[in-house]
Amino acid sequence: MEEYIIEMLNITKEFPGIKANDNITLQLKKGEIHALLGENGAGKSTLMSILFGLYQADKGEIRMNGKPVKINNPNDANALGIGMVHQHFKLVDIFTVLENIILGVEPNKLGFLQKKEARKKVLNLSEKYGLKIDPDALVEKISVGMQQRVEILKMLYRENDILIFDEPTAVLTPQEIEELMDIMRGFAKEGKSILFITHKLNEIMAVADRCTVLWKGKCKGTVSIKDTTKEELSRMMVGRDVSFKVEKKDAKPGKVVLSVRNVTIPSRTHKKDAVKNVSFDVRAGEIVCLAGIDGNGQTEFVAGLTGLEKISGGTIKLGDKDITKASIRTRSKEGMSHIPEDRHKHGLVLDYTLAENMVLQRYWEPKFQKGGFINSQAVRSYAEELIEQYDVRSGQGPDTIVRSMSGGNQQKAIIAREIDKQHELLVAVQPTRGLDVGAIEYIHKQLVATRDAGKGVLLVSLELDEVMNVSDRILVMFEGEIVGELDPKKTTIQELGLYMSGAKRNTVKEIDNE
Amino acid sequence: MSNNTVSSARKFDFKRLTGSKGFSAFTAALLAIFLGLIFGFIVMLIASPENSAAGFRMVLIGGLKRFGDVLYFATPILMTGLAVGFAFKMGLFNIGASGQYTMGMFFALYVGFMWDLPDSIHWLVCVLAGLVGGMLWGFIPGIFKALLNVNEVITSIMFNYIGMYLVDMLIQGNSVMYIPSKTRTAYLPDAVQLPSLGIKNSNLNISFIIGIVIAIILYVILNKTTFGYELKATGYNKNAAIYAGMNGKRNIILTMVIAGGMAGLGGAFAILAPSTIAGSSMTYEPINVIAPNGFNGIAVALLGNSSPIGIIFSAIFISHIQRGGTLASLYGFKPEIIDVVIAVIIYFSAFAMLMNSTVIKVFKKRKKGRNQENSSGIESTADLNKSKAAIEKEEA
Repeated sequence: MEEYIIEMLNITKEFPGIKANDNITLQLKKGEIHALLGENGAGKSTLMSILFGLYQADKGEIRMNGKPVKINNPNDANALGIGMVHQHFKLVDIFTVLENIILGVEPNKLGFLQKKEARKKVLNLSEKYGLKIDPDALVEKISVGMQQRVEILKMLYRENDILIFDEPTAVLTPQEIEELMDIMRGFAKEGKSILFITHKLNEIMAVADRCTVLWKGKCKGTVSIKDTTKEELSRMMVGRDVSFKVEKKDAKPGKVVLSVRNVTIPSRTHKKDAVKNVSFDVRAGEIVCLAGIDGNGQTEFVAGLTGLEKISGGTIKLGDKDITKASIRTRSKEGMSHIPEDRHKHGLVLDYTLAENMVLQRYWEPKFQKGGFINSQAVRSYAEELIEQYDVRSGQGPDTIVRSMSGGNQQKAIIAREIDKQHELLVAVQPTRGLDVGAIEYIHKQLVATRDAGKGVLLVSLELDEVMNVSDRILVMFEGEIVGELDPKKTTIQELGLYMSGAKRNTVKEIDNE
Repeated sequence: MSNNTVSSARKFDFKRLTGSKGFSAFTAALLAIFLGLIFGFIVMLIASPENSAAGFRMVLIGGLKRFGDVLYFATPILMTGLAVGFAFKMGLFNIGASGQYTMGMFFALYVGFMWDLPDSIHWLVCVLAGLVGGMLWGFIPGIFKALLNVNEVITSIMFNYIGMYLVDMLIQGNSVMYIPSKTRTAYLPDAVQLPSLGIKNSNLNISFIIGIVIAIILYVILNKTTFGYELKATGYNKNAAIYAGMNGKRNIILTMVIAGGMAGLGGAFAILAPSTIAGSSMTYEPINVIAPNGFNGIAVALLGNSSPIGIIFSAIFISHIQRGGTLASLYGFKPEIIDVVIAVIIYFSAFAMLMNSTVIKVFKKRKKGRNQENSSGIESTADLNKSKAAIEKEEA
């Protein structure tokens, strides 16, 4: 019996301009949870894609139980018992949970689907591993957490023994993350081997046995979690020391830049209002954080604030100007910058070049156009300026098609664009979602710098650490209402959690309507 | 991701060439044509084995003998191709080019017959009338889409019928334009016909040149102006366009109006052209048939990858094949066979992107060992293979 169930030896893979993997060796033991750690763009996903048969390595070999194997496509990987939960789920939205699980391996008799057996098997698995699902719910209607459980059940249904989790916690709430960790431990106990791709150190420390660190396509080594610390891992991953604390001076709030009064927004999914009678102010030179568990009206509120959706009641003032009914362009001109929640859906035109995306909010300004003709030279040099200043990395500079860039750099591009634009208020919605520690640190610094430059910042975040570390004032949103105003210096994560779950609320000081 | 400098130094070589979108589209179109022709030959072989070689030769090069005619017939489908392709850049499927084309025809005819204008400008005013007619028929689906979010495909199909029946009715009821005994319109006066370019054995006229100039103007609009920037951004990612504060409603209407105008010009160019019989002009027969040139425009746009410049070439090519096909009938082939061949080419062009990536893969294997190998392969498969695209995002 070989010690390693799967080995990837001396893997090298090149893309134009980039050595994505350079002589990387990864060895997975049976029954262990092995973390693969690295910043965005370090080569984690490429390595896993090679293992899963989506790419072929230029050099190196893959061995299973000591014997060399060839994996040419995901079907080969499946046959070898390798299963993967992708970062972006691969589910058919309009199918039920059960249909998604059996997709591709449908049990049938003479071409007729045998759902009954499948259902039994799925329910057994679901019970055995504590993966709560509703087999008849449509995937588009279930929560992200349940969608992930469906992905995991897909692997189990196919009787895979090597489970790859690609950044599984990026989309989960703290409670769901805790649950997932338990499930992973259960798998390991059963003798399944787990590859856990992440850049969240806390999770690795909590669940993994060993950890392989990648840095800029190279292997920085494999360490045993027992013998290492969070600090050491982060140094290996980023190549330097990273501070987990956000350095900032006390806020000096100035005049009010945003005042929201009694804003009410109807929900798109149910009959009740998604945002109920929300009132607050954001002053220049402070970071106000709108905290809360996902789905408590934050998304709708931001949509109403930035003009993506109409609000049904209340007023919004930016500085002295009433923008309740203003167009998105007007809000932008009046000094509102917006880092959107979903960078692919709203923030970027992925098939445009980096330069074209850099002027997405400003292409109409006289600086970039004359008589309706775009001054591509000005656009280009402006983009180069931002790329330099904000350290946005890409294959071909301003000419890079944004789709080909890493998530962290896409986000950096948006942040560069929104911060560099003339603004009084920066609305940043989950600006660090799915990013690695290096990028998170960078983004937090930018938010603080924006605040120190005398701008107001409204941060919407689901990450408790971020809420506590970055903000100067916390507003907790629960079921569409603001249920508490907290001072991050005087409160604790536990107390914050109570407000977020609706167990506690204080009457927010009535703000005068002036 | 780590080194900007290295890759920017490389941007002139292989990657620059094969990775550029234009090149991809071009090789894809050539492949589509090539495979389509092979398949077309097989069809001819089955239809009539003994004549197939000679007939196929006609399809291939028959058009060259009277290239003026090829360009003459290319002009209307160039315009409808632009009508479809331009809207498609914004993500709108303008299937109503036929109706817009017919309206353009009618407006041009009406001005030609009913308005008394100085000879020197009469044809030009007719052309402009055609433009207006097409714009009107593009405007209505556009405004439905923009204000009421009615799917433009449905509206514009309906407007194909509305336009066709309306025009047939109006023409049949007009005694100046219509000759009931011949069930067609009368010949237009000479002054209304488009000035010929004077090429021997051909009626090639000024409209072809106007068409090419317009295609180039559209290219400039798409690639150099803020309107084009907004339009393509909307086509690529509607939500991002809204987020950026672009006026989506105005742009939808404007795009449909321009697209309609193109098809309207196509109709005007077709009906105002001098015909092969000396002293006569083209005529319109109100026989309740939707103008096929509108649908040919979809094929032209598809093969030209919706790029105005690509559409110039694809229009000429399709016209060339159609002319060749007409000549192939000398060898006993039915025109339907030719339609099959053309259809096959279009069918293959739908697979164009896929074929393109296959070719690049072959390319890549040969070039293995060089650094810049698989660049364009990745770029083009990214569209097709979402799972790979997801990884691309991560790894840059």
